[in-house]
Amino acid sequence: MKKEIPLAITFLTGLIIVVTFFIPHQPLGTMQQRLLIWYSIVLGFTMLLGVDSLLRSNLKRLVGRTPGWPYAAVLLAGFAFTLAAGIYNWATTRSLLTLGSPFMFVYTFVIVPLQATMFAVLAFFIASAAYRAFRARTLEATLLLVTAAIVMIGRVPVGAELWDKLPVLADWIMEVPQMAAKRGIVIGVALGTIAMSLRVILGLERTYLS
Amino acid sequence: MTQIIGTWIAAGLTLAIFSFLYKDNPFYKVAEHLYVGVSAAYAVLYAWANDVYPMLVEPMFLGRGAVTTADRWILLVPLLFGLMMLARWVPRIAWLSRWSIALTVGIAAGLGITGQIQGILLPQVAGTLVPLTSANNVLMVAGVIATLVYFYFSIAQKGAVKVGSRLGMVFIMVAFGASFGYTVMARISLLIGRLQFLVFDWLHVVK
Repeated sequence: MKKEIPLAITFLTGLIIVVTFFIPHQPLGTMQQRLLIWYSIVLGFTMLLGVDSLLRSNLKRLVGRTPGWPYAAVLLAGFAFTLAAGIYNWATTRSLLTLGSPFMFVYTFVIVPLQATMFAVLAFFIASAAYRAFRARTLEATLLLVTAAIVMIGRVPVGAELWDKLPVLADWIMEVPQMAAKRGIVIGVALGTIAMSLRVILGLERTYLS
Repeated sequence: MTQIIGTWIAAGLTLAIFSFLYKDNPFYKVAEHLYVGVSAAYAVLYAWANDVYPMLVEPMFLGRGAVTTADRWILLVPLLFGLMMLARWVPRIAWLSRWSIALTVGIAAGLGITGQIQGILLPQVAGTLVPLTSANNVLMVAGVIATLVYFYFSIAQKGAVKVGSRLGMVFIMVAFGASFGYTVMARISLLIGRLQFLVFDWLHVVK
């Protein structure tokens, strides 16, 4: 029973989503929308599990004074402050991102700069990875190197200064050969997703229950 | 005053992250852990404000948005499944969370079929079915077919299949190179944005 009921739930919900797509009439018509709302609600609860795991492991580090415990304290303090600011915002205005509120302050001056800088730092690591990967030793590596160089130089003003057709060439690469390969990959991924979804609905794929 | 304090905090955190370019250090670690903690709280609040409150609490407990009484009562089902997900905290009934997982997996699988067919497969195939009246169109169709052949592992890569596969590899490398170039440009523009923040907003070196 511990496996049969979940398998039946998966089968029924998957089937309803597929059937309502093809028969959008009552009483099935609103079922898909309803199930999507249920999906979002259940995922909201799932968030608590993830956060609980994060807080538990850091609390353990802090209490046990294991190496790096001050960083765990920073994480917990950041979490507590942001949550408190958000709850205060919600209680007073029924909204999170109210201008001038404590939560907006955290969002603007902590979350946004940290996120943007984290991704900006990746520019340096990508450059370092490129140095290793872009050695033109084979035809494939040469193609990768040449295409990347054309797209990068063609997208900045200096590219047009060097050769006025470079931006046009960069656009052509993006619109034709790049699009062709991307399309092939995307079609393959879509077919794979459909096959895997069918296996899950039919109960052939059960690893999510283990 | 709030703006000034905020700008200094943002600048300090930006520099702390950039300090990792020298080597791993305590400033970076503090900023990194703060990012994780703050982001986790943000994710919880976001889920509450955009999912749980408007979809469950408002219609079920406050009656807003629910057309009939049945609309309110039926929300007991996702509430129950949500609570069952939390059963993982109690080892004796942890198996109940499988029911909730099954619900989300079933919905995702259903969407995986309809969404992929309608949103990706058909539009991409339609975009590929173009008249072969220009070199670009010929290249597009050949590129898509060759890329699919490259990923077709069910038959031995010999003869014509090998030629197609080789051509597919050429297209894939061009695509990866172009995507790489595009990603680098996006990251560089973010980097420029952060440097502009430091120079213009924080230091006011350039006005």
